[in-house]
Amino acid sequence: MNNPSRLSRSMLVLSGAVLIIWLILPLVPMLIWSFARGWRFPDLLPQQWSLQAWEYALSDRSGVIESLGVTVVIAALATALSILVGVPAGRALGLYKFRGKGLVELMILAPVIVPGIAVALGLHSVFIQLGLTNTLAGVVLVHLVPTLPYMTLVMAGIFANYDPAYESQARSLGANAFQTFWHVTLPAIMPGIIVGGLFAFLVSWSQYVLTLLIGGGRVITLPLLLFNFASAGRNDITGAIGIIYILPGILILLFTARHLSGSNGAVGGFGRV
Amino acid sequence: MTRVLLSALTKTYPGAPAPALDRLTLDVPSGELTALLGPSGCGKTTTMKMIAGLLEPTSGDITFDGRSILREKPENRGVVMVFQNYLLFPYMSVADNVGFGLRMRKVPKDQIAARVAEMLALVKLPDLGRRRPSELSGGQQQRVALARALIVQPKVLLLDEPLSNLDAHLRIEMRDLIRGIQKDLGITTIFVTHDQEEAVVLADRVALILNGRLRQYDVPDAFYRRPADAEVAAFFGGKNVLPGVSANGTFDGPLGRLTLPQGALTGPGLLTFRPEAVRIGFAHVNAVQARVAERLYLGTQTRLRLTVGDTAVDAVLSPDLVEGIGPGDEITINLPPGSLWVMEGKR
Repeated sequence: MNNPSRLSRSMLVLSGAVLIIWLILPLVPMLIWSFARGWRFPDLLPQQWSLQAWEYALSDRSGVIESLGVTVVIAALATALSILVGVPAGRALGLYKFRGKGLVELMILAPVIVPGIAVALGLHSVFIQLGLTNTLAGVVLVHLVPTLPYMTLVMAGIFANYDPAYESQARSLGANAFQTFWHVTLPAIMPGIIVGGLFAFLVSWSQYVLTLLIGGGRVITLPLLLFNFASAGRNDITGAIGIIYILPGILILLFTARHLSGSNGAVGGFGRV
Repeated sequence: MTRVLLSALTKTYPGAPAPALDRLTLDVPSGELTALLGPSGCGKTTTMKMIAGLLEPTSGDITFDGRSILREKPENRGVVMVFQNYLLFPYMSVADNVGFGLRMRKVPKDQIAARVAEMLALVKLPDLGRRRPSELSGGQQQRVALARALIVQPKVLLLDEPLSNLDAHLRIEMRDLIRGIQKDLGITTIFVTHDQEEAVVLADRVALILNGRLRQYDVPDAFYRRPADAEVAAFFGGKNVLPGVSANGTFDGPLGRLTLPQGALTGPGLLTFRPEAVRIGFAHVNAVQARVAERLYLGTQTRLRLTVGDTAVDAVLSPDLVEGIGPGDEITINLPPGSLWVMEGKR
């Protein structure tokens, strides 16, 4: 009885170690770079430390704070629109059987399968005609292409385990249509909205190609700025911006950890992918 | 107190060849407990949902005290439906579940708390308000569902298979609770069930629906003693159905000439009587010689399968009356005229 538990314990430690090496370790040089003044091969650590990169990154000159704001606004709007569209779409896919359902599911998944640049190039010409290029609104709309599939699939998973008779019961007890949604439907599907919404937020947060093409260099999000400094060879500033950039992801991961367990209906939708 | 009238109520689902419910007309008296009885798929749940406003009828009308309610939204009809699987909201406490209807009506909080306590006492669950529905047994969940329905003082209460998820002793307890509350509050109540026993023990009146059509609407006892036709008799487990001709107060059939009660149907028809109506021994009217084919012990009663010529007759008797009677014995039975009933139809 003792041996298997010791074995599983050591497996747990081992997998934890692999995870840390895989995910956390690559961030360490980035963190060191952000505090370094010159860090040359073959030194193990920088000769001199400095707060210069951080000072610059947080000043008005770098534009980091401004583009952080732009990135947050775009990701928040894309998430809100994803929820607005994804919840009814997920309900239709999760609850009802209808002709052509398989085709609809495939079309919703298509943006995940087709390379983003192919979609963006096609959309670009349409957006020019609509006057949506080089605008924040255009970037928000194009971000829906990769965020909507996640949101819709998570909600389809939630609604597949949902009994709409609860809504009939609420109506029969005197709730109007809005009260029924607010007091009965929403609490039941909230885990899915949280998980799907956070996915959508992160997917929008990490868009590069779509933002660049549709934003046309006028809409500067954090990844665009990051790429500028990286290609200019400013490893220290890149490090500082990089840390700022990954912060929301880590916070979101910590916040959603309890929603992401395998037993949760919200992640059930991914079983269908 | 509300009288519910269904007039030629019909529902045809798109693409279905036959209506799920075909011109149902039913007058439910105010304050009565009425059962819609029928096998699953006979249209009874469809009827409930149309009364509750969860489904639109294809044609026909529903009136409460003479006023049509078809244009009213479900939340404004004053009808509450209690579903078979109770549907307690899982993320609310028992008290919040019971108070739901009043919260939706924006009743002040302290009033809600008082009414919730009152309702939980009514269904005999006074101390469970803070529990979650998942911590309750099936029977307790049903009482909470009942309390949640009654708190809004509905004009009409609809119950979907109210006893079918309960085991035998809980059924009797729940039946007494439902009947007691319903009579106290005088709420016009309609429930659906596929179980004839559930219907007769709970209801004041039973409406039997077969294949989407109303077949008989009567007090429970009538379905055993005066079934409308052979199908109704069969649904209620009536085994003794014999063809013949009724004329001048007598019935000529496989059991010979039997004396009928006054007012019996005349002409060719089917004779029926309950197995419990069969008496052992000679009488001056309706005595018949029979042979015992089989004897079955049923606990408080004994069932005898008898043959009269080629005709089988079922009798259920008290065990002490049939002591010493076994298969192969020739016995005399008699059928009191008052227990005989002639229906239309032929075999």
